[in-house]
Amino acid sequence: MWTWFYKLASPPYVYSSAAALAPWFLGLAALTVGYGVIDGLAFAPPDYQQGDAFRIIYVHAPGAWMSTFIYTTMAVAGAIGLIWRIKMGHAVAAACAPIGASFTILALATGSLWGKPMWGTYWAWDPRLTSELILLFLYVGVLSLRSAFEDAARGDRASALLAIVGVVNVPIIHYSVVWWNSLHQAATVAKLGKPSIDAAMLWPLLSMFLGCMLFFGAVLCLRLQGEVLNRERQASWVRQAVKS
Amino acid sequence: MSVGPVEAFWLITRRELYLSFRRPEQLLQPLVFFLIVTTLFPLGLNLQLSLLRDMSPGVLWVAALLSSLLSLDALFKSDADDGTLEQLALSGQGLALIVTAKTCAHWVVSGAALVMVAPLVAIALNIPSVAFATMMVSLAMGTLTLSWLGAIGAGLTIGLRRGNVLLSLIVLPLAMPLLIFGAAATDRAISQISAAGALYFLAALCVFTCTLAPFAAAAALRITLE
Amino acid sequence: MNSVPNGLGVDKVHVWRGDLHVLKGVSLQVRPGELVHVAGPNGSGKSTLLRVITGLLHPEQGTVTWCSKAIERFGAEYQAHLAYLSHEPALKGDLTAVENLRFSVGIKRRVSPAELRDALRHTGVPHCADLPARVLSAGQRRRVAMARVLAMRASLWLLDEPFTNLDAQGTELVSRLLRSHVLQGGLAVVVAHHELTLECPLRRLELNA
Repeated sequence: MWTWFYKLASPPYVYSSAAALAPWFLGLAALTVGYGVIDGLAFAPPDYQQGDAFRIIYVHAPGAWMSTFIYTTMAVAGAIGLIWRIKMGHAVAAACAPIGASFTILALATGSLWGKPMWGTYWAWDPRLTSELILLFLYVGVLSLRSAFEDAARGDRASALLAIVGVVNVPIIHYSVVWWNSLHQAATVAKLGKPSIDAAMLWPLLSMFLGCMLFFGAVLCLRLQGEVLNRERQASWVRQAVKS
Repeated sequence: MSVGPVEAFWLITRRELYLSFRRPEQLLQPLVFFLIVTTLFPLGLNLQLSLLRDMSPGVLWVAALLSSLLSLDALFKSDADDGTLEQLALSGQGLALIVTAKTCAHWVVSGAALVMVAPLVAIALNIPSVAFATMMVSLAMGTLTLSWLGAIGAGLTIGLRRGNVLLSLIVLPLAMPLLIFGAAATDRAISQISAAGALYFLAALCVFTCTLAPFAAAAALRITLE
Repeated sequence: MNSVPNGLGVDKVHVWRGDLHVLKGVSLQVRPGELVHVAGPNGSGKSTLLRVITGLLHPEQGTVTWCSKAIERFGAEYQAHLAYLSHEPALKGDLTAVENLRFSVGIKRRVSPAELRDALRHTGVPHCADLPARVLSAGQRRRVAMARVLAMRASLWLLDEPFTNLDAQGTELVSRLLRSHVLQGGLAVVVAHHELTLECPLRRLELNA
């Protein structure tokens, strides 16, 4: 089992794995997202309270979930790079950051659009929205910090530490609807017991969640290839790979 | 005859205080900034005194945050510039202890000073004196937490170009919960309802940060010193 | 494996700075009573090697051992055994020479002010004791820094260009201090541009750019 872990630390292995996995992730993502979008937008029944406006959930909820999932992934990868000094950890963290920031912007924007019909306002300073906004600022901080260093290795380590410090925000985002009287609705899917949403609406939603995860996997693999090539540009195997 | 951690802590704190008091003008600058920024709000918003009172907790806290940020940049900068930070790191005392001593000394001359000046500012913002105690307690805990968050940020951004801008960018998002609860505590005190909930939250944040931040800040310094 | 029972061992250390391969598999051993002079052209990694030995810089490959144990396993204890003199004299301009010494040596070992003034006398700057460091000349500051190294009573001295800014008298003084340190059983690794002529066990490590 540990040999697999050590293999993950080897740049050529990571590069070739990412290259092999990317098309699979992309294909499956296309299928699941395609199904989710079509079923969710066209076939799922309208909500008894919100009518058709609720359909933003198919983009908003997966987007929000991905924003925190990717942040956690980035923090864990950064921690691996920082503690065990495995350079591929930093490569993964660097590849994740812009993807996570994009999903956060998507979540905030779609949430804002949903807020107008549902609450009558594009924005409210409630705990969940505020902590999601803080998450966006944290992403920006991590990206800015990494690029501010001339020595790339130091930049990696500094932004890894910042990502780890900011991970405190992630449980706050998730539990803000539980701990405080939030305007934002409580969890519909990610809770123990029966989900509080109709089955016909649920399946496309789950499909979108899966699709977004696969999409993230695909984009991560693509970005990771670029990161690995850039970081290992002095190595001989890179010259071989680029030639072919 | 090696030196124990408590003795080393006091020695480093004393060093920091000596250095701070040899440049008294630099101690006053953040406090003056605090006063100026608080003045900007009523001037810019042109409010009647009664409306100003509603906004005052937020204004006070934003001003306190911004003026604390000013002095945070200097926490490690001068030591890093003249090479004394390395000497401290090589003293055999461990970076966590060194960081704790420096941050505590920094809080004494910046955060605690701010808390002392706060009543003056509160009067200018028409905050009733009944709220002063809660305001000062919340500011004390908030500035201490902020000093720690700033220590982590300062440790990461030493020697970077535009490091102070980056420092603010890193520290302010992490400090937003402080602002929320601190302002809420002061607000409740003004309305003469119990501020206990907000104060407890603030205290929890403070304790959480004071426990973990020394290690994060030490790790940040280790990264910078490499 | 270069492990010296009671001494310093550096084993095949590699350091990269970005794309630059600064240290290429450097190895070195220092036993008590030995001095190693690290020489080489500019950019050959002499200062980097010294920082790796202090433990501040973590090499990508290779190990540094002290008394046959890797320095990472010691934690902060290892650094209590060494005295490091960097390019900058590392003094706070607003503190006097004695105060500077008191704070930097005092967190390592308990010293009395008398001992510190004594150290300043040994390095030829007793008159600077109560002057703020910012009014001292570069040479005087270097002497105060050397006094700090003396006062620390460390067994391992890591000196990076200790002779800069010193006049002939100062150079002779530092050479004398190095010699007596080594003859008393201390270890020293010295980075210096010019040749060292000392009557003590001296080895030379040449680094190529």
